[in-house]
Amino acid sequence: MSNDKVITPALTLRNVTKRFVGAAGRVTAVEDISLDVREGEFLVIVGPSGCGKSTLLSLLAGLEQTNEGSILLGEDPVRLPGRDRLVMFQQDALFPWLNVLENVLFGLRLKPGLTEEERLESARYYLSLVGLADKEKARPHELSGGMRQRVALARSLAPNPRVLLMDEPFSALDALTRDQLYGDIQQIFTKRKKTIILVTHNIREAVCLGDRVVLLSPHPGRVREVFEINLPRPRRINDPELASLAAKVTAALSSHINEGVNS
Amino acid sequence: MKLPRPVIPTLLAIAFLSGWEWYVRTGHVNEVLVPSPSHIFKWFYESLVNGELLSATWVTMRRLMIGFAIGAALGVPLGALCARVRWIRDTLGVLALGLQTLPSVCWVPLALLWFGQEESAVLFVVVMGTIWAVVIAVQESVLSVQPLYLRAGMTMGSQGWHLWSRVIFPAALPGIVSGMKQGWAFAWRSLMAAEIFVVILTGFGLGSLLHAGRELLRMDQVMGVMTVVVGVGLLADIIFFAPLERWLRSSRGLER
Ligand SMILES: Nc1ncnc2c1ncn2[C@@H]1O[C@H](COP(=O)(O)OP(=O)(O)O)[C@@H](O)[C@H]1O
Ligand SMILES: [Mg+2]
Repeated sequence: MSNDKVITPALTLRNVTKRFVGAAGRVTAVEDISLDVREGEFLVIVGPSGCGKSTLLSLLAGLEQTNEGSILLGEDPVRLPGRDRLVMFQQDALFPWLNVLENVLFGLRLKPGLTEEERLESARYYLSLVGLADKEKARPHELSGGMRQRVALARSLAPNPRVLLMDEPFSALDALTRDQLYGDIQQIFTKRKKTIILVTHNIREAVCLGDRVVLLSPHPGRVREVFEINLPRPRRINDPELASLAAKVTAALSSHINEGVNS
Repeated sequence: MKLPRPVIPTLLAIAFLSGWEWYVRTGHVNEVLVPSPSHIFKWFYESLVNGELLSATWVTMRRLMIGFAIGAALGVPLGALCARVRWIRDTLGVLALGLQTLPSVCWVPLALLWFGQEESAVLFVVVMGTIWAVVIAVQESVLSVQPLYLRAGMTMGSQGWHLWSRVIFPAALPGIVSGMKQGWAFAWRSLMAAEIFVVILTGFGLGSLLHAGRELLRMDQVMGVMTVVVGVGLLADIIFFAPLERWLRSSRGLER
């Protein structure tokens, strides 16, 4: 690793460990994870189910606290949830008692220093960015799964967080809708230059979206390998070059899993 | 051919009332004990005209509304507190669960000793009838709010009172409304019990009217008042709770 990190990373994880005491005894969900996330980077964390991906995001979001190690946002330790790190969950988590526009306004209303017109304008801007300008009066249940996830995206983007955390946001969607959203999210990423951390178990998705792909291995969740993805954007999920890179990551993953079985 | 939905019930009701009328008029039963529908209707008309029925209904409805409002106003925050604080749930929550099973007539003797034959005694009984059902409903529905909503709210910067008023309560609202409806039903029953069993010096309500009917052996009055009591219960459901619940369900896409 070169040593040119003069600029502070957006997020710094130092030896982060999180354990749970559940019904089945003590589980180490993530162990000794150290990572720097650059400002404006699209980082994808990939790994099989149960390897601690959601736990890691909850830690970054401040919804859970680390047992060991530390997480810094810029220079400040992360302890509690905050507007600077918004989360997009696997299920859309839209509030069913609010319409689409009010959902997007929810986070904006908690942001001080804006007038109501500015909030409305911003909410409408992000709704049109995800192609749902005409749906602002609809209730979440009146939308398709893909549309709901787009509203959720607009809701997380609207307060302009420093970091956007995404927990398998596309896994409940059909392939066509997903492909479309891969396009949307890349477009927004290049346009808005956000720092994004996305978690997924889909390796192709990871390679399609990430500037860097971090491979986690399970039990306990540890960083196994980090891949730099230098393909030009926008990337298409069916691109052959992307497919061969994805195959490389898959091979790395299965070798780690076999290693785990044999040891 | 398809008949409009109200046709069959109306026809059946007419048939039932005519049969009853005929049965009583032909002397099959003692008319003092079983008045005919026309008698009941006559009482109904007369007491409407002389104002007795309206004033009794007003007295009762006022007690019900005030008692229910107090019970709900106390029950909602107490239920929220039970949901929020473990030791309150283990004490007040358990107490509420127990007291909810206590028929609210049981509060009448206590209320009389504490407050005398006064308005406050009736109110106390109504409040006791309402509050525990509301406490439990609020506690349960707050506890079963999806954690996902809380997490989403918190990451957007909602906390404390904002989280309660903008996320937890709206999410729990359908459950809270069913609890209110149940509380309303309990309050209505307890109020009738109180008015029938106790002479309240401060106002002559529907229950007192029913009781007076018994004393005077006016079965038309007894059954007439019973009809009004049923009607009030139905109306509360038809014009208030049912539309509210329907709106809550359909606006959230919960309608089957
Ligand atoms: N609240 C919790 N209590 C107990 N165990 C948990 C909790 N959350 C996660 N775990 C455990 O931690 C491990 C990682 O879970 P998770 O982060 O959800 O994995 P992933 O998102 O990669 O599927 C799993 O073994 C899971 O059972
Ligand atoms: Mg997960």
